[in-house]
Amino acid sequence: MKKLFVGLALATAVSALLPVQAAQVPAGVTLAKEQVFHRGIGSEPASIDPQKVEGSPGGFIVKDLFEGLVSQDADGNTIPGIAKSWNVSDDGKVYTFHLRKSSWSNGDPLTAHDFVYAFQRAVDPVTASKYAWFMQIPGIVNADAVIDGEMPPSTLGVKATDDYTFQVTLENPVPYFPKLLAHYTTFPTPKKVVEKYGDDWTRPDNIVSNGAYKLSGWVVNEKLTAKRNPFYWNNDKTVVEEVNYLPIPSATSELNRYKAGELDMTATIPLDHFKKLQKEIPKEVTITPLISTYYYSFNTKKKPFDDVRVRKALSYAINRDAITKYITGQGQKPAYSFTPSSINGFVKPDLAWEKMSQKEREKEAAKLLKQVGYSKSNPLKVELLYNTSESHKKVAIAISQMWKQALGVEVTLRNEEWKTFLDTRREGNFDVTRAGWTGDYNEASTMLSLWTSESSLNDAKWTNKEYDKLLETASSTIDEGKRGLIYEKAEQIFSSEMPAAPIYQYVTSRLVKPYVGGYPMNNPEDNVYSRDIYIIKH
Amino acid sequence: MLKFIIKRLAVAVPTLLVLITISFFLMQAAPGSPFTGERNLPPEILKNIEAKYNLDKPVWQQYFLYLGNLAKGDLGPSFKYRDYTVNDLLEQSFPVSLKIGAIAFIFTVIIGVSIGTIAALKQNTILDYIIMALAMTGVVLPSFVIAPLLVMIFSITLQWLPAGGWNEGTWEYLILPVTAMAIMYMASIARIQRSSMIEVLNSNYIRTARAKGLPWRTIILRHSLRPSLLPVVSYLGPAFVGIITGSVVVETVFGLPGIGQHFVNGALNRDYSLVLGLTIIIGSLTILFTAIVDILYAVIDPKIRYQ
Amino acid sequence: MTAISPSADKKAAVAKFAKDLEIEGRSLWADARDRFFRNRAAVISLIILAFIGILVVVGPWLSPHEFDAIDWGYMAAPPETEMSHWFGTDSLGRDLFVRTLMGGRISFMVGILGALTAVVIGTLYGATAGYAGGRVDSAMMRVLEILQSFPFMFLVILLMTMFGRSIYLIFLCIGGVSWLDMARIVRGQTISLKGREFIEAARVCGTKPSAIIVRHIVPNVLGIVVVYASLLVPSMILFESFLSFLGLGVQEPMTSWGALVNEGAQSMEVATWQLAFPVFFLVVTLFCFNYVGDGLRDALDPKDR
Repeated sequence: MKKLFVGLALATAVSALLPVQAAQVPAGVTLAKEQVFHRGIGSEPASIDPQKVEGSPGGFIVKDLFEGLVSQDADGNTIPGIAKSWNVSDDGKVYTFHLRKSSWSNGDPLTAHDFVYAFQRAVDPVTASKYAWFMQIPGIVNADAVIDGEMPPSTLGVKATDDYTFQVTLENPVPYFPKLLAHYTTFPTPKKVVEKYGDDWTRPDNIVSNGAYKLSGWVVNEKLTAKRNPFYWNNDKTVVEEVNYLPIPSATSELNRYKAGELDMTATIPLDHFKKLQKEIPKEVTITPLISTYYYSFNTKKKPFDDVRVRKALSYAINRDAITKYITGQGQKPAYSFTPSSINGFVKPDLAWEKMSQKEREKEAAKLLKQVGYSKSNPLKVELLYNTSESHKKVAIAISQMWKQALGVEVTLRNEEWKTFLDTRREGNFDVTRAGWTGDYNEASTMLSLWTSESSLNDAKWTNKEYDKLLETASSTIDEGKRGLIYEKAEQIFSSEMPAAPIYQYVTSRLVKPYVGGYPMNNPEDNVYSRDIYIIKH
Repeated sequence: MLKFIIKRLAVAVPTLLVLITISFFLMQAAPGSPFTGERNLPPEILKNIEAKYNLDKPVWQQYFLYLGNLAKGDLGPSFKYRDYTVNDLLEQSFPVSLKIGAIAFIFTVIIGVSIGTIAALKQNTILDYIIMALAMTGVVLPSFVIAPLLVMIFSITLQWLPAGGWNEGTWEYLILPVTAMAIMYMASIARIQRSSMIEVLNSNYIRTARAKGLPWRTIILRHSLRPSLLPVVSYLGPAFVGIITGSVVVETVFGLPGIGQHFVNGALNRDYSLVLGLTIIIGSLTILFTAIVDILYAVIDPKIRYQ
Repeated sequence: MTAISPSADKKAAVAKFAKDLEIEGRSLWADARDRFFRNRAAVISLIILAFIGILVVVGPWLSPHEFDAIDWGYMAAPPETEMSHWFGTDSLGRDLFVRTLMGGRISFMVGILGALTAVVIGTLYGATAGYAGGRVDSAMMRVLEILQSFPFMFLVILLMTMFGRSIYLIFLCIGGVSWLDMARIVRGQTISLKGREFIEAARVCGTKPSAIIVRHIVPNVLGIVVVYASLLVPSMILFESFLSFLGLGVQEPMTSWGALVNEGAQSMEVATWQLAFPVFFLVVTLFCFNYVGDGLRDALDPKDR
């Protein structure tokens, strides 16, 4: 996974020597005459406006329609996008991006001013972007104050020094800043078009974009169609002429349409069918690691879960191998640390309890629980909260059985529909709750910052000063190796305190027809750019 | 007659108002907000979003704002689909449900009435039993079993028809969803038609007609069919609304862009404005059709009017 | 969406019977009963229903498995006798035989309790309206009219998504929306009862109206109410399965036929038995309920046959 770390720790400009991603058709492959690509995206996108979009369905589309300063290759490494190179000031706070000459899909030139507009738009309270916080993560100057409405958006620390030079000033040095720029919130938006059409600017008739594709049709809940954008700077390398995005929320229906030949690539694979599909069409089943962890949080503010022994006992008694093998069974990896191993530059920590056998762990768990005073006659009672879904249900049922068998714990299951569940969890009305977290960028802090005291995502309400301090140090440590060591220490603290029990590392599993070439098998952020795809003759 | 119609429609307005009010406050009371997600939004961002949708105002003020906009025909912006207003979404999805619903409805009535009549005429023969057993199966088999079965047979195994999608409503995309939707109501209508036809055939005036030696065809088409349709007519109101709204299952299985999918997703996403908009549309439809059926009934059977 | 009320012909038959009953008195019941027992399909259905009912109650004890226990070695296993997974297991390795029967308990319960809720509300509402008469009556009937044109299914979906999905809420919801026809029928009955001597007598004695309704009117309409309720049960079961399809059914690890059928439908190409057994039970039960309902209708309204 570890490759060159673009733009990081490099005070000098990284020039355009780096490979630029585009469809790379191997010699000897005959392309299909009709280059049309049908991809399942799960559900209807919330938006396709770069500063308003949230969730992966919209993400897939926006990443095809727009291109930011940087992009990613098939393995998730940062590569130049609209910025052909960039450099950092000596104090690590000022990033200067040198843009290539490119244009919007209506032929207008794309300049640094478009990026200034997009960055300001993301934090502008009028836009009401749900991802406004994305500008707060690297600490762009004044981002907090602008979002709070105390300062006008024009005071944000971004500027265009000339038409093709874009500069961002950060409050503190954040070495992984360029990595964040592959995220859609930072993509440029055409000011003129947005101002002319208002909320309607993303309609097929109005939209102007700068990516490899341009939206040409949109029927809500059925499909979106995008056609090749002839003005895209790397248009020569694009192969697929037309992309159809199909939002099909039911995995079974999606599978049916894949089988009927209406889809070339699905968004997911239904659990029940996975094993059979792997037997019948193993070449079409793809599994990609994902920066995402499935875990159970303990309510550390509630008795008896404020006792680390109870938390540890419950965590140890989970047979993660059984879950990944029998329940999820799609190549998910058992998780003992919170950060997935697929993350760029992360050194896997050496955890003692990971090395024990499951039997030993269960014995240790029983011992711990006994110390607290629970036994078969005085069983620990746990309510397990999870949100309604077939797979969460299965995991919850399995784990409650494991707790019952290994520790005699009495478990009540409580499933709530997603939105209700989120409310309950935030209010802390739970003993143990299911949770999952997917990283926003390819760096360990996207996972570990979740557990700092002031994090709004820390539903376990766990606080640890040493942990907080470690992460603070990490965020300004420029050397990647040193940073890795700090993260490892943080993981050790996490394991000894166990505010949450990591269960498994997610994977993206989907069906991809054998005639679809260029599918990235190793992008841990699930960035599948249609511009990299080509359809083989079949 | 006119008085009856006016009276019937006068009830519609308060009914709708009550419906809007109940749904509005029900959603206010529901746990969860349209803007909660896996990541808890920082309070200042949440504040900005709420201000944009007027959610920072007191509830009663939101209510009257909504009613005011509604009077102008504006259903507000969708909370979930940020590029669309509710009016846009309904404009796109309603015709889809209407088209499938109307076609399914026509088929349902024609086929349902025909096989019901045939079964009645061939009462207690093998044909009758077969038709009625099939009809019963149609009634008891949930549509979420029928629909995927149809897909499995006709799309995956035989590869005759597409497994889903709308494609602007071209015929091959319509066949399976319409069939799935029609089966259940067709079966109900066949059963109703059969028993009412039997009743009519046993009535005195048909016996008289037969005794007079009128040909069978005339007896059935001229004298029996119309009166036997009365119970079917009373079933049509709920059936039509049911078919249009009942697209929930079929639209989910076949991935059709109609209002059924919007409703379920809307409720799950807490897309208040979208759900309210749909409730109003469906409520008006229900009210309209109950009224039409009542009026139709009054036309066919004058006794009703004087009750 | 599934309509949760019996079909129009059955409603009409019940109402008509109620009218005749009033003219001819008690012996009609006896006639109806005789006619019902002469209807072979209805009687066989009744026997099958009784059999399923007993199986659902005692069946789970016949199997060595718990309904929520996972058999790790037998995930999604087809039916076999060695491990006593007679109906196979579901995708989590839980025994399908036990789960089908447990699901049956829930489905029956939803059907019966849902019908009961409808009956209680409908009877009281109808009796009150009918007994009070005059303005109260017409006001109550107006309300009924308004309610009748409500898109109730949608309210039910709203309620279920937003306020959790306890089994009580399910039958409350289902029952709460299907009492309207019941109220109409009872009201009609009450109006005709009102003029009877025994009601007059009670009134003269100074009995409170609420007591008259509960003690004198309700017992007299009970027969017709029970018949109507029996027709409601299958529609309730079907509606519960619709809720299950939307993922709004009962809480895991509990299950219902609707939930099982829905799970089965998701995996029918991989594990046919997961769909076949629950669907068989659901369909047979609904078939039987419908035949019994038809039998009742025919028995009450003999002109049809």
